[in-house]
Amino acid sequence: MNQANLDTARLRERRRLMLRIRAFEEAAIRAADNKLVLGAIHPSVGQEAVAAGVCAPLRKDDLLLSTHRGHGHTLAKGADARAMMRELFGREGGNCGGKGGSMHIADFDVGMLGANGVVGANINIAAGAAHAIKLRGGDQITVCIFGDGAVNRGPFLEGLNWAAAFKLPVLFVCEDNGYASTTKSSAVTGGGDLCARAEALGVPTESVDGNDVMAVEETALRLGAAIRAGTGPRFFHARTYRLLGHTSVDPAKYRPDGEADGKWADDPIQRAADLLTSAGVSEAELTADANAAETEMQAAYDDAAGAPWPSVRSAYDDVQDVGAVPAPQGL
Amino acid sequence: MPALTYREAGRQAVIAEMRLDQSVWCLGEDLGRGGVFGQYAGLEAEFGTDRICSAPISEAAIMGAAVGAAMAGARPIVEMRFADFALCAVDELVNQAAKARYMFGGQSKVPLTVREPMGMWRSSAAQHSQSLEAWYAHIPGLVVAAPATAQDNYTLLRSSIRIDDPVVYMEHKHLWDFEGEVDEGAADFEYGPEQFGKAHVMQEGDACTIVAWSAQVHVAMEAAKTLAADGVHVEVINLRTLWPWDEAAVARSIAKTGRLIVTHEAVGVGGFGGEIVATMAEKHFDKLQRPPLRLTAPRIPISYAPGLENQVRVTADQLVAGVMQLR
Ligand SMILES: Cc1ncc(C[n+]2csc(CCOP(=O)(O)OP(=O)(O)O)c2C)c(N)n1
Ligand SMILES: [Mg+2]
Repeated sequence: MNQANLDTARLRERRRLMLRIRAFEEAAIRAADNKLVLGAIHPSVGQEAVAAGVCAPLRKDDLLLSTHRGHGHTLAKGADARAMMRELFGREGGNCGGKGGSMHIADFDVGMLGANGVVGANINIAAGAAHAIKLRGGDQITVCIFGDGAVNRGPFLEGLNWAAAFKLPVLFVCEDNGYASTTKSSAVTGGGDLCARAEALGVPTESVDGNDVMAVEETALRLGAAIRAGTGPRFFHARTYRLLGHTSVDPAKYRPDGEADGKWADDPIQRAADLLTSAGVSEAELTADANAAETEMQAAYDDAAGAPWPSVRSAYDDVQDVGAVPAPQGL
Repeated sequence: MPALTYREAGRQAVIAEMRLDQSVWCLGEDLGRGGVFGQYAGLEAEFGTDRICSAPISEAAIMGAAVGAAMAGARPIVEMRFADFALCAVDELVNQAAKARYMFGGQSKVPLTVREPMGMWRSSAAQHSQSLEAWYAHIPGLVVAAPATAQDNYTLLRSSIRIDDPVVYMEHKHLWDFEGEVDEGAADFEYGPEQFGKAHVMQEGDACTIVAWSAQVHVAMEAAKTLAADGVHVEVINLRTLWPWDEAAVARSIAKTGRLIVTHEAVGVGGFGGEIVATMAEKHFDKLQRPPLRLTAPRIPISYAPGLENQVRVTADQLVAGVMQLR
């Protein structure tokens, strides 16, 4: 980022958001350690700049589809942290009433149409959401975020081809953290160049340092504007790194010694802090921002821990209208 | 009432709903030229290429896009061409369409009609002939329809498009040219949820209950005719929809006949006939005077050569023999 054009206020705002995402996930990991979050969670520690840079500038009526690693995207789209934490805890008042948990988090009120437990499945869904926008008319866009693992699944080909063929308003964002679960993606990805795949399907691409939040935002805004103008989909390759394991309980021993340690130097939050410091923001201000995020997420943790479980009867709700089975008597 | 083919009844149903509701949207391969069975003939001319979307050969994208569009406010009609090809889109149907409403705590419904032409169609062999309705009946969140007559196809298709659930709508390929009287004059409000789980008694009788759906209803009717000539009057129930299914109609019938045969074109093992028989045995055992009988396909793939293909057909003669066996 060129220091001369640094928009300090905006960078500080984005750092605050990245801090909130980090604090949310650290709280969730604590909760998992304490057996309060019961299902698997996939932290995005180290990848927050992608969420903040791509999702925060979106309009509320833009649509977002995310992955199993979607806490950051969801928060950045404007979802309420308390409702999200309650969902991770499986409690009443969670976004999905405790039926989804981390991997199926969604907040339709802010246009977040769901994380997905099936790698790559959100790609076709996003193309369809964009298709509905096109049929209806209007300049909303759909953003679809997926990992480097998803490009090896069929929906990548079908969904990008679909969006290109019908010139749909979708921004495909590949959040490339180098790993798909415990496998280094480069070892299992033919050709290696993800952008070349998208280009081959007629989708223009751009590859960016995904740990530079302002570069991510600038790129997302520029591609988003082109998409909004009706010029069809774009593919945004954001290069980042997953600083922790695949899930909160994965020690990630399969990585070469020292690899992750080296990458901490590239932590997007620290990079933003360094830029802000050189732009004259004081240490006290930076610390205050971090503390505010921690306080907010600890409060979300405490709120979720004290929240009631959903009524067991609700297990029978929202299955279907026609042919729904009734809850057992007395439940 | 006009006599329409089963194909035309389906076509008219789509036209009627598309005229009423701008958000109804068809997507599938070769729809522009009318669909592979002509069930979309002329629709592109009336509704344009946006609303009659001729898709690439991308079943997963067709189904997945429909799920996304449904969550974003459209009411898609998905054409899968052959039920067999819908297997390329099982994740999109089973993990996404059927689950989205529930997983997201009711934040969104997924109004979706998935047309899956199924069943045997002379010498189409193992990948173009299957009847997999039981798989979908097994999945919470899905509604499953299997129309047997032109009237069923009109009424159930309009109703499927209207309800807010994902419906697996299984037309039978052998029935496209079957004609039947179709009353299109019902008031619009009559198409909707109440059409599901409502069986039709095609033929009244007291000797035995035969439960069927889709093309097998016609085989049962043929058997009923043969038996009637010998003074044996069976009751034929056309189930119309498999989820929900009309348990009460079957129970009412066996209270009268004391005998139950369920017949389907699908493989018997794990087939929906097992569900019907088990339900009657659990809840209505006292009404049965004989053990229930399933007449279904053996657990072999469907062949090409007619003689081999016929091995998986349950014929009217076999139904007649089954009825006599239970007497
Ligand atoms: C279709 C499918 N196959 C396998 C899995 C198991 N799985 C969950 S996450 C994951 C790795 C995905 O890697 P990537 O797309 O790079 O996303 P990341 O986890 O790195 O964010 C795998 C294999 C799955 N959820 N869905
Ligand atoms: Mg990855």
